[in-house]
Amino acid sequence: MAIGTEAIPLAPRVSLRLGAFPVLPTLILCSIALIAVFAELLAPHNPELGALGMRFRPPAWSAGGSADHLLGTDHLGRDVLSRLIFGARVSMVVGFTAVIVAGAVGTLLGIVSGYLGGWVDQVIMRLTDTWLALPALTFAIFLTAIVGPSEMNIIIILGLVYWTRYARVIRGEVLSLKEREFVRLAVVAGCSKWTIMRRHILPNVVNSAIVLGTLMLGVVIVTEAALSFLGVGVPPPKPAWGLMLADGKKGLMVGYWWLTVFPGACIMLMVLSANLLGDWLRVKLDPQLSQL
Amino acid sequence: MGAEPLLKIEDLSTHYVSAQGRRVVRAVDGVSLSIKARETLGIVGESGSGKSTLALSILRLLPPSAHIVGGSLRFEGEELLQKSDAEMRRLRGRRIAMILQDPMTSLNPLFTVGDQVAEPIRVHERASRASAWQRALELLKAVRIASPSTRLRQFPHELSGGMRQRIVGAIGLSCEPRLLIADEPTTSLDLTIQAQYLALLRELQQAHGLALIFITHNLGIVAKMCDQLAVMYAGRVIEAGPVRQIFAAPVHPYTEALLNSIPQMGVGRRRLTAIEGQPPDLAAPAPGCAFAPRCSKVIERCHSMAPPQVGLGDGRVVRCWQAPANTAAERLPSGAA
Repeated sequence: MAIGTEAIPLAPRVSLRLGAFPVLPTLILCSIALIAVFAELLAPHNPELGALGMRFRPPAWSAGGSADHLLGTDHLGRDVLSRLIFGARVSMVVGFTAVIVAGAVGTLLGIVSGYLGGWVDQVIMRLTDTWLALPALTFAIFLTAIVGPSEMNIIIILGLVYWTRYARVIRGEVLSLKEREFVRLAVVAGCSKWTIMRRHILPNVVNSAIVLGTLMLGVVIVTEAALSFLGVGVPPPKPAWGLMLADGKKGLMVGYWWLTVFPGACIMLMVLSANLLGDWLRVKLDPQLSQL
Repeated sequence: MGAEPLLKIEDLSTHYVSAQGRRVVRAVDGVSLSIKARETLGIVGESGSGKSTLALSILRLLPPSAHIVGGSLRFEGEELLQKSDAEMRRLRGRRIAMILQDPMTSLNPLFTVGDQVAEPIRVHERASRASAWQRALELLKAVRIASPSTRLRQFPHELSGGMRQRIVGAIGLSCEPRLLIADEPTTSLDLTIQAQYLALLRELQQAHGLALIFITHNLGIVAKMCDQLAVMYAGRVIEAGPVRQIFAAPVHPYTEALLNSIPQMGVGRRRLTAIEGQPPDLAAPAPGCAFAPRCSKVIERCHSMAPPQVGLGDGRVVRCWQAPANTAAERLPSGAA
């Protein structure tokens, strides 16, 4: 190695606001994702098939529990652990796809609204205002009532309910971006509006969309669980965490705590992890904050 | 000279109208100018005199509140004001290019230099990525960027301000325009880089035979770069003509005051004179000459009537009652204005 090529020791990177990389939340999210992918291999039992003779078995470590059903069984004798494992798949698929649907719709409308301005902006923003005035959950229930519950419909509905958040944020970014010199230079160079939106605006707002996406992931998962809990989400017997909560709520009063605590904990862990990761990403990807 | 000018601006007026339509700001008011191929026209004036609005009017890239209310813009014999938006877009960057003020933010931070220099070529000529990049490489060589093939793959933040401004220049030249408008392209560069960049622009202009409109408030740059000069004040061209004549003997008191307000080396100790007062409110124009309240040679009729534009015979035009042609007209029994 030639002299002088050794790395000059850089000043230690002072991270004023940027905390340490959230290892634990990332690990949790990754393991949930892996569990969702390999659910068939990991689940000890069929999640949708129960034995009525094995109803309300407690977890293995309490009295009356067996090692066969580590986290106990529910009111139809189905294995809680297996249902949690397959439930992760539902949460992941619905959560991520709905966030992507909402993100795509919202980012597109936000860019068009912010860049074109004028009456287009007025129409899209008044629509957004109206949309935001509707309570998200009620609105989602209303939409499900129209199209009927299914996993695909839930994804589309959640996407339709939450695109407004993206549209607002992205539009704001576009408003400042379009005054930047490089956008003006593109105009002067004869680029069409669509070319400018696609080549100069979109890549510059992708960061914000990703950050918003991680933060929205938690919201979407909770909403999906709430819809399932209310019986208008993922239709049974498919194991969704919200559905498991709903099924277990009657048992809670008579001491069958494992039916609600485990799915509740799963929802909480996943949402918390998504939020922590989102917070970190927000600071990390914000050029103003990360340049401190 | 018999040659048809490349761009002929005639009696152009651009007004800003407030949202309620109550206030009208005459940012550009009856401007007539022309520029031939291979010529450099400097437009000077203080902030708010309408220089930039004039440039944006030529490209028809005005903000929504601004309207071209009259006049004509003939470029290569075609009327720009009658072109459709799509036709104008095909013209921008291809026949008329513009270099903006700030090189530090003129480039998109997310794309490589090569992508950005190649962009107009791809937009206008539908060239393939590879051939556009090849052209971009040649352009970077033309604007004297060292190791251009490495630079093509770098991002704007990896380059210095002077280099970025040259790249913006390369983007301007990428489709070989006939007219290049430079709106204070050197204000944010330091002096040595400024001098280099100006020399480069001059050289490129000679090489490509393009016409250059140079908007600035720096008369030193005008002296060095331009063949023709137009001095703007309150939206009007108050004096225009060959740079040499104007610098040697300014006719309009404002031009004279401008020239007296720049320091000169080797002239000995001389007081720099500032122009007293403020530029006028363009929304409430006085009936007379806009410069009258600040003018040292003001006479009575300056306040009551705006002076017409008169030629001085040496290719110069001026708007002042004190101009020889006007004082001559005054002696006639019935003024010929």
